[in-house]
Amino acid sequence: MATTAGTLPQYATNTGLWSWITTVDHKRIGTLYLFTGFIWLLVGGLEAILVRTQLAVPNSTVIDADLYNQLFTMHALTMIFLAIMPMTAAFSNWLIPLMIGARDVAFPRMNALSYWLYFFGGIFLSSGFLFGEAASSGWFAYAPLTTNQYAPGRGMDFYTLGLLILGVSSMVAALNFAVTIINMRAPGMTMMRLPVFIWMTLVISFLLFLALPPLTVALIQLMFDRHFTTHFFIVDGGGDPIMWQHLFWVFGHPEVYILILPAMGIISEVLPTFSRKPLFGYAAMVFAAVAIAFLSWAVWSHHMFTTGLAPVPRAIFSANTMLIGVPTGVKIFNWLGTLYGGSIRFTTAMLFAVSFIPLFTIGGISGVMHSSPPIDSQHQDTYMVVAHIHYVLVTGALIGVFSGLFYWFPKMFGRMLDEGLGKWQFWLFFIGVNLAFFPMHFLGLAGMPRRIYTYDAGLGWDFWNMVSTIGAYVIGVSVLVFIWNFFKTMSKPMDQPNNPWGAPTLEWATSSPPPEHDFDVVPVVRARDPLWYDRDHGLEQPQPTGHEHIHIPPPSYYPIVMSFGVLLMAVGVTTSLAVTALGIPIVIYSVWGWALEPTS
Amino acid sequence: MAHAQAAAGHGAPVHATSTGTDNRKLLMWLFLGSECLFFASLIASHLVYRSRQLVPPFPFESEIPIDVYNGLSETVKHMCEDLGNGFADCHGILDIPVTSTSTFVLLFSSLAMVLAVYGAQNGRPMMMKGWLLATIIAGVVFLGFQVYEFRLFAMEGLGLSTNQFGASFFVLTGFHGTHVGVGVLYLMSMLAASFRRNGLGPETGFHIEIAGLYWHFVDIVWIIIFTVVYLIPV
Repeated sequence: MATTAGTLPQYATNTGLWSWITTVDHKRIGTLYLFTGFIWLLVGGLEAILVRTQLAVPNSTVIDADLYNQLFTMHALTMIFLAIMPMTAAFSNWLIPLMIGARDVAFPRMNALSYWLYFFGGIFLSSGFLFGEAASSGWFAYAPLTTNQYAPGRGMDFYTLGLLILGVSSMVAALNFAVTIINMRAPGMTMMRLPVFIWMTLVISFLLFLALPPLTVALIQLMFDRHFTTHFFIVDGGGDPIMWQHLFWVFGHPEVYILILPAMGIISEVLPTFSRKPLFGYAAMVFAAVAIAFLSWAVWSHHMFTTGLAPVPRAIFSANTMLIGVPTGVKIFNWLGTLYGGSIRFTTAMLFAVSFIPLFTIGGISGVMHSSPPIDSQHQDTYMVVAHIHYVLVTGALIGVFSGLFYWFPKMFGRMLDEGLGKWQFWLFFIGVNLAFFPMHFLGLAGMPRRIYTYDAGLGWDFWNMVSTIGAYVIGVSVLVFIWNFFKTMSKPMDQPNNPWGAPTLEWATSSPPPEHDFDVVPVVRARDPLWYDRDHGLEQPQPTGHEHIHIPPPSYYPIVMSFGVLLMAVGVTTSLAVTALGIPIVIYSVWGWALEPTS
Repeated sequence: MAHAQAAAGHGAPVHATSTGTDNRKLLMWLFLGSECLFFASLIASHLVYRSRQLVPPFPFESEIPIDVYNGLSETVKHMCEDLGNGFADCHGILDIPVTSTSTFVLLFSSLAMVLAVYGAQNGRPMMMKGWLLATIIAGVVFLGFQVYEFRLFAMEGLGLSTNQFGASFFVLTGFHGTHVGVGVLYLMSMLAASFRRNGLGPETGFHIEIAGLYWHFVDIVWIIIFTVVYLIPV
């Protein structure tokens, strides 16, 4: 079935460490993304628990101010770049080929490259902790806190170079996903029949490869400021700290939608399956996402209302920001429309998906509040903003990831996660997030600034800080329940049928877990929700007609070699430029080796 | 739907895609879209910073107050001349005739690239190799001009830390130069590979066309950079 081609032999059995290091199979890479992302989720969660422990009582001295700064900075970076984005990329990797009826992504080796860049980039970004000097200027790293004068040591170098590596990783993945979705759809899979999750992935792929370059340029300029004597963001030499904010948020605001749209896609798959009716307003759902993506380019300055923008830009950015609430509202009502009249099954995946709707709406509404400049200038740099981002990213993006994990676990691993433990996890999580994040609204309105490492008693902040810390611990317990559930489930035999949920999309047409080549025969798509259409019209997917040659891309070690070369180039900047010089030929060697490696 | 099902036959070629465009070509187009934003950010930074010079060298001729002139270090003071009316006149550092020449060389390389693609797609390997070589030489000559220009500016006292024009100019044109350098390596790899026994294989025309997309993009970006940096005064 599989051919022997390429530099490495095709293994009869795909086991062992080497097979994982050289794999180009989108499902295995997806699994790697999932596990690596989950480990980083635990690291980021631990950082958050430490932060909340410090803030539990006034005048606390659990950790000192410097470590506190590193922890809140790294918490944000870890959760955004190392946990949520990769875990949504795990779903994209797993599901794009399965949902569009392809055998793999368009560029399997590039897929491996994006994972290994992420793997090394994540370690590099966080390695500052090993030297006691992780980045500590906040995740958006405003100048002049990042200059050599105010950020001596290597913390900001881990930040700039780590994010550059992770940016290349995301670029590679986004280009690959976009080409795959546009170009490798099964017969009959028109664009307006794509599952909504795939549409969301396509939209964020475009956002990623268009939004990352401004961040890349900002990071390069920061690196030049720190190492090559320029003054891009240093006022003394004529530089402009506000320019950093513009470049960062031109990336940073689309980034917010890059984090949330995949979660919206996941629940747009989960809600119809467990309501047993098609998604309400499919076309409106797709166009709303495209409208959100388009508008996300014209709202970045709402992060900068207090920097002294002129009234006209303030008004325009404020109006644009409010406008983005319209397509988002369209999505919320369409989810409600999907639930309405449905024959609902409250599985754990469904509970997470349903709770997304009200909780994300809370975050969305506080976002509309911030879009008004006079109100924003009161909220700026208070816990109100912290509450907003956590309602959007934890009870939005992360809740979507958990919903997806429960939903697709049978497809990925052939086993069903325990529903009893799942419901325990859900309710602990639901209570925990609201305990942790809702009081932050009160704290913010009571004037508590973000990023302070301790506070005096008697300011009216004591009670709600304690409540918030208890909430953080409850979230921690819910994640432990999930880990317990995972190990318990994995010890059971693989017993799941192709389509345990009775779901409508193509990934459920193949076995659980799918064979290496995904589909024995390329599926045929006759309508949106193809499996329901086939079921209702008594149709069958085509069956294998005998021996068919299926081309499987051979494994390759060039992706990890190239990623290692890139890592050396970054390590050199923090140690000795000789290491950088060593990395460059490794990258060039692997480009040539890659280009000349036979793949068929 | 009928034609979609017809395409489902088992004999469908490996490279059949939903849009009919090869995956690799689509990848290059999307990548170039991303590159547009990269250079747009660099050019925007340059536009913001180039008029904020506290000290010479300036890109274009400008007058500065005499007390600023008196405070200048010797490395840049030679750029300016005391006018005796409370101002000093500083000459611009950009040498437009020289850079126009290098721009012409780069534009010529695009013509050479077109002819190389024509040769590759029409089964004329010698034509392809010859014009690939011409493209590479033009690219290297352009880089030579850039090295000359950077050295000249450095000798006149313009460094990365001198002023914001220096920082944004060197970073912008430096990254463009890096792109030309990568393009030269890309085309040299193609040229070297075309001398193998099987050349670039049955897809020669396709491979050269993709390389051409990249090369033309780098040239087009230079036209914008040349116009914005050199031709439009502050």
